[in-house]
Amino acid sequence: MTRGTRPPMPEPAPSIAEETNENAIALKEVEGLSQGQIVRRRFSRHRGAVISMIVLAAIVLLAFTSVGFVIGDWRVPGWWQYDWAEAVALENNGLPTLDVFHFVVGNHPFGQDEIGRDIFAVVMRGTQQSLMIMVIVGFIGTFLGTVIGAISGYYRGVVDGTLMRFTDIVITIPVIVIGAVLGRTVGIAGAPVLALVLGAVVWTGLARLVRAEFLSLREREFVDAARVAGARDGRIIFRHILPNAIGVIVVNATLLMAAAILIETGLSFLGYGVQSPDTSLGKIVSENQVAFSTRPWLFWWPGFFIIAIALCVNFIGDGLRDAFDPRQKRMPSLRALAKAKQGGSA
Amino acid sequence: MTSFVVRRLIASLVIFLAATYIMYVLTALSGDPLADLRTSTSPQKAQLIASRTALLHLDVPVYLRYFIWLGGVGKCFIGQCDLGVTIQNQPVTVLLGQAASSTLQLVTFASLTAIVLGLIVGITTALRQYSSYDYGVTFISFLFFSLPIFWVAVLLKQYLAIGFNDFLSSPDIPWWFVAVASPIAALLWAAILPFSGRNRLWTFLAALGATAGMLTYLKLTNWFTYPHIGVLGLAITGTAIAFGVTGISNGLSNRRALTAALIVVGIGVAIYFPFLYGFSFYLQPWSFALLAVVTLVAAFFIGWRLGKPDRAPVARTTVIVAFVMGLLITIDRLMYVWDDYSASERVKGRPIATIGAMTPGLEGSMWVHMLDTFTHLLLPTIALILISFATYTRYSRASLLEVMNHDYIRTARAKGLTERTVVVRHGFRNALIPIATIVAFDIGGIIGGAVITERVFGWKGMGALFQYGLDNVDPNPVMAFFVVTGSLAILFNLIADIVYAGLDPRIRLS
Repeated sequence: MTRGTRPPMPEPAPSIAEETNENAIALKEVEGLSQGQIVRRRFSRHRGAVISMIVLAAIVLLAFTSVGFVIGDWRVPGWWQYDWAEAVALENNGLPTLDVFHFVVGNHPFGQDEIGRDIFAVVMRGTQQSLMIMVIVGFIGTFLGTVIGAISGYYRGVVDGTLMRFTDIVITIPVIVIGAVLGRTVGIAGAPVLALVLGAVVWTGLARLVRAEFLSLREREFVDAARVAGARDGRIIFRHILPNAIGVIVVNATLLMAAAILIETGLSFLGYGVQSPDTSLGKIVSENQVAFSTRPWLFWWPGFFIIAIALCVNFIGDGLRDAFDPRQKRMPSLRALAKAKQGGSA
Repeated sequence: MTSFVVRRLIASLVIFLAATYIMYVLTALSGDPLADLRTSTSPQKAQLIASRTALLHLDVPVYLRYFIWLGGVGKCFIGQCDLGVTIQNQPVTVLLGQAASSTLQLVTFASLTAIVLGLIVGITTALRQYSSYDYGVTFISFLFFSLPIFWVAVLLKQYLAIGFNDFLSSPDIPWWFVAVASPIAALLWAAILPFSGRNRLWTFLAALGATAGMLTYLKLTNWFTYPHIGVLGLAITGTAIAFGVTGISNGLSNRRALTAALIVVGIGVAIYFPFLYGFSFYLQPWSFALLAVVTLVAAFFIGWRLGKPDRAPVARTTVIVAFVMGLLITIDRLMYVWDDYSASERVKGRPIATIGAMTPGLEGSMWVHMLDTFTHLLLPTIALILISFATYTRYSRASLLEVMNHDYIRTARAKGLTERTVVVRHGFRNALIPIATIVAFDIGGIIGGAVITERVFGWKGMGALFQYGLDNVDPNPVMAFFVVTGSLAILFNLIADIVYAGLDPRIRLS
């Protein structure tokens, strides 16, 4: 469950000779393009990532427009006929009315629970909450990890020692354990507070990565040049080093979000996450666990949405890694190579 | 070496102490331990509050209360651990003793299985990069990454356990299953094994025949009612394993290694009957462990004697073969009591357990209890493995791919080494180095997962202890949980460092 804190996967690195050789071809391909354009172009070639992006967007759109959402006291209505909190009369014993093969949606596509709440509305509300927690945890975790890693790697010495020992201490406690303790304390204050607190414990892995990146980047010539030109530390960190480390940060922020949704649902399942009357996908699963043998649909749909979201985010992370790391190129398959050879000789 | 271990241990202990302090304070401040008494209507309310305050030292500020707890833990060094009492005045040390063994079993078992499976799958996918097998495994590992463990656990409980138990109550493999499963298995083998063209077709046909034959055998002998491996099965499997292990680790051209491995298999087959019907009845857990050690040492000596001039790799092969043979014989011994076990009063013909870590009140020999432990470990282990398996597969694949791109691999190929030597000696060994770090890193994740899995499967393990403490704002059980799991993590990290140095001679420990 603590997958937010894993170190980067080692990527296959071609030898230097190969790289200069390949660079001639690779450079032609990206000639005249900005960094952003190159990344976008490479990303759009990763089929899994693009599909995941579309699916995730569809889930977000569905979750927020269908049942509407609440900001403070302001309630935005949605197009779905039921509310997540209201109980209506049981129809057909709460069985789901969704029938994909006959294109029938029906009144309660995901069914109803024993008191008559529409599960579609409940799951949509849970998805909203889980998505929100995922995004907040991702942002807070990324922010803290980047700041701590950057300061540590840039200043080295005592600052680095202190911050890294602190990171070691936090990393010793499994995320789900410290998350449970903190979640029990603040869970009652609502989902956003829970997300803030979770964000405060998942930054450790990213901090180590960013530190390593900064340690190597700060020795490069362009940093010396900036320093000689009289740039202040802040400027060097934010304008010179950080843009070069953005790949590591973005990729790991994505993976952090994928881990965050699993941590949140796991904690809510244990009862230390989101508390009633708020709901989240993990909480729905937890509430309906005992009803599995009689009403399995209460259990299938929230689980399905957890997996769909986590899978999409993981694939997007994979696509971003490919896009930001030009060393990792996809080799053409043997068949394609053979075809190219034949075409060349013919 | 010793000085390195000692220095590492001291550094980890200092960090761990700081972590325990944070955990203690956070847990103690996570709520009001007197909440239930404050709202009670009992006439002796004030008295109850006073007694609990005295019991848990609630009058001492949290920042200092930690040191009372630490003092109790410090007594471990003089042999009388005192981890405090719970809110109901039960000594935590006793509770921990009951809880720790089942959780440690689960975590260790799951970690080891996940490492072995993940390595095998990761390495094979790396060797067959961008094949359909590779793409399939990549997608599956992404899927496993995204699975919420509690959800999987509930599914396993509902479908795998209940379904398999239903199957076992009238075990018959229908012919249509044989007809459907064999081609699927054959397709998988053809995709996994590194052959192409005509050879791949032969792989497909061989796998098809083997699977169909196996399933038919299982069906006709009513295997699931009377499971067994048998002396013939042992001999065939053992020989196949001897060839396989030697082929991978020494190369089949190394006749001495092959002979040594086959001798070990022969000895295993020879002691099969005496073991099964003879001395296995007199074994106790400790003598069983002793027997296992003796077996491995004996196998080592066989390899060492026969393995001239290159002794160590041959000895390694014989030890691995002996381990697998021992495992097979043990499994067969466990299958021998299967019928007794599943028909027994307490199990009532539903052997795959969904609740708890053991069947209460089960009577029988050591083997019955061992089998009981395994049937209870099965589902939680699968749930835990799924997720770690994905991690290990991805990392070992990436790691081996990176290594295989290095110049020294090209050199090794250029000087005419066999593909086996290149992959196993030059590639695999170096690929293991980064994986050792991941393993140590992942143990925290497995422990966290174990807390959730234990909850789903109703284990009275450490996860339950943790939850009990947290629910009652009682730091002592929570800290007991954390001390054991934290020590486990430190231990794994230390092992990883030592393995690191063993794998990479450039790293000096001192």
